[in-house]
Amino acid sequence: MAGKDIYYVPHGSKWPLVGSLALFTTFIGGGMLLNSAPGAKYVLLLGAAAIVYMFAGWFAEVIAESIGGKYSKQVDTSFRMGMGWFIFSEVMFFAAFFGALYYARVFSIPWLGGEGNGGINGTHEFLWSSFQASWPMNVMPDPSKFTQYSDVIPAWGVPAVNTAILLTSGLTVTFAHWALKNAERAKLSFWLFATVALGFIFVFLQAEEYAHAMGDLNLTLNSGIYGSTFYMLTGFHGFHVTMGAVMLLIILLRCLKGHFSNKDHFAFEAVAWYWHFVDVVWLGLFIFVYWV
Amino acid sequence: MSTLAHEHDHAPSGLKRWLCSTNHKDIGTLYLIFALTMFFVGGAMAMVIRAELFEPGLQYVDPQFYNSMVTVHALVMIFGAVMPAGVGLANWMIPLMIGAPDMALPRMNNMSFWILPFGFALLLSTLFMDGGAPAGGWTMYPPLVLQTGDAFPFLIFAVHFLGISSIMGAINIIATVFNMRAPGMTLMKMPLFVWTWVITSFLLIASLPVLAGAVTMLLTDKYFGTSFFDAAGGGDPVMFQHIFWFFGHPEVYILALPAFGIISQVIPAFARKPLFGYASMVYATASIALLSFVVWAHHMFTVGMPLKGELFFMYATMLIAVPTGVKVFNWMATMWRGAMTFETPMLFAIAFVILFTIGGFSGVMLGMTPVDFQYHDTYFVVAHFHYVLLTGAVFALMSAVYYWLPKWTGYMYDEKLGKIHFWLSAISSNVLFFPQHFLGLAGMPRRIPDYNIQFADFNMISSIGGFAYGLSQLLFVYIVIKCALGGKKAKDRVWEGAKGLEWYVPSPAPHHTFETPPKLTKEMLEH
Repeated sequence: MAGKDIYYVPHGSKWPLVGSLALFTTFIGGGMLLNSAPGAKYVLLLGAAAIVYMFAGWFAEVIAESIGGKYSKQVDTSFRMGMGWFIFSEVMFFAAFFGALYYARVFSIPWLGGEGNGGINGTHEFLWSSFQASWPMNVMPDPSKFTQYSDVIPAWGVPAVNTAILLTSGLTVTFAHWALKNAERAKLSFWLFATVALGFIFVFLQAEEYAHAMGDLNLTLNSGIYGSTFYMLTGFHGFHVTMGAVMLLIILLRCLKGHFSNKDHFAFEAVAWYWHFVDVVWLGLFIFVYWV
Repeated sequence: MSTLAHEHDHAPSGLKRWLCSTNHKDIGTLYLIFALTMFFVGGAMAMVIRAELFEPGLQYVDPQFYNSMVTVHALVMIFGAVMPAGVGLANWMIPLMIGAPDMALPRMNNMSFWILPFGFALLLSTLFMDGGAPAGGWTMYPPLVLQTGDAFPFLIFAVHFLGISSIMGAINIIATVFNMRAPGMTLMKMPLFVWTWVITSFLLIASLPVLAGAVTMLLTDKYFGTSFFDAAGGGDPVMFQHIFWFFGHPEVYILALPAFGIISQVIPAFARKPLFGYASMVYATASIALLSFVVWAHHMFTVGMPLKGELFFMYATMLIAVPTGVKVFNWMATMWRGAMTFETPMLFAIAFVILFTIGGFSGVMLGMTPVDFQYHDTYFVVAHFHYVLLTGAVFALMSAVYYWLPKWTGYMYDEKLGKIHFWLSAISSNVLFFPQHFLGLAGMPRRIPDYNIQFADFNMISSIGGFAYGLSQLLFVYIVIKCALGGKKAKDRVWEGAKGLEWYVPSPAPHHTFETPPKLTKEMLEH
């Protein structure tokens, strides 16, 4: 690593522009798809492929520069700050959906049932006077517009198992980190492999649970505010776990290639931070979506 | 006077310099040019609005298109003009002010910029779509916004896209300030412009993801059957307003705090006195930022909230007047008994202090729940936020451009024309917006293309002010281009009373400034 007496500024790169174009194409494809425009899915696929190409190319360049010893301690710190604040922004994204869940449970459903503000503004009395507040709310204020469900996923089944899986994976990734710091290659690969495996098992169980909820319980996105918050929260979380597991897999491959030294392995740590973040979000989900 | 010069200075040539840049100055320039372009795009829409309102009755455009103009004007001005202009200034100046070679993450910096033209291509393309551009107001309230035609997904994705750009820009600024300061540049020695941008960046990272979440819920409500904002399914349209304004109120300070930073640089320079109450300025900025997260519902007093909520949000809002007052009094104390001169940047800065304060006072009026029931959704609100955003934020940005333009180009701008631009802008913007206070108090609603005959005179005056303001800005473009092409050579310390590291760098600032950490002397660290 270069010292702190000389500043490092990376040379120009096409990847930022490629990334902007890739996202642009993806958004156009998505917009076309929602408007049922012909050819939309090809545009969307092209955009998604371009995003993958951008990530692969950009990271390849950064990895080559990192292994080439171009980065200073200061660059390392910039990367750390960047990752930390990125995770904070993700926390705030989830906060919006948790906020919606709390708002529905604490305010809008009781009000629709005639309590508090709902008793004053007349929504209950004039629109849906037979509606009774409950959670999970499986009779909507206007049942004709929504899919009625027979039951919800109980906390102490698959979700509890999934909690154990994610918490365990948080431990295994820490074991892998300790092994990396002690330069114990075999242990590192073992624990990291275990983490990746646990991550994908979680995603698999979550997919099974979705199939059960949609197929057997008739619980869908269209099942009122319960279905909306349930699927959007668990869905975005599941997407993040999938991304995290793919990132861990790439880190595993990089470990096998010997990219990391016991002192210098920020990419490993960044992915580990991310993994702990999806873990903590899951605890919030388990408690507030499934349990209480 | 010592300068921190640089021997080998070469910029890459051709298109690649701009497309693949990792240089904070080039990217800053791109941001500023983009922001100015969008200022005219949004401005053209404002001209359509003022032309339609010149006389009562429907003249030029149909009401749907009028509402599109109101909606897209706001989105363009907020996300395309004021925010990118602020980020452009941050890009150009923060590394120079703290002794850094560049931004901490130069490639991400380039992506933050290049998203903007594509994001606005997405947004502005909706003007040509079936059902027209979004017309439900920039606040995108459901259920109205869900009636948008083909434009709807493009509106949502444009908001996501621009949000990604701003979050990346904010992460970059935080990492730059916390990691790239030259030795000796401690936090409490940083120029106030840098401080305001760090705090703004925090607001961006905390609030924009919440907006992304809110518009995602709109998207799934329209296309995937969710009922976040549908009371028939147990949701609540008012919930959107809560989530939106949780973003929206910090957003107001995202636009205003960098302006405070600029004014805190410019006034000491032309008053030839150190900034009064530096530490209190830092703490006031931080307090405003924190308070901005607990006042959001003052935008929705009339929507039907429990009384306790109305009272809480009213008192919390009143609290913001305290740190804001600290700032205004500090600026006045800085000028007190100073050896003042009135070059263009100072004129804009003084106008800012006066006119922003007027906007602040009308804000206090709007923040009082009982009277807000009278003012809500009237032209009084329009007058209020244009005082804080146009004669506030935009005047500060103009001040900043005149203040630093000689440092960027190496030439002095035409002072006489600058002063003419100032007076034209200051007079016309007051002719434009001051009568709107009266219109609002008399009951003229916003976002309506036609009005009662009793509002005719004030609207005509307002429109004349609007056209005059719009035309005056062409003079600004001329002044900037003229300055970029040549003129009187600028000194390294362009303004005699200016303090800060950027004035120890040659004018124009070389392509690469600090390759090694500069050795800072005591005088370089003065405010």
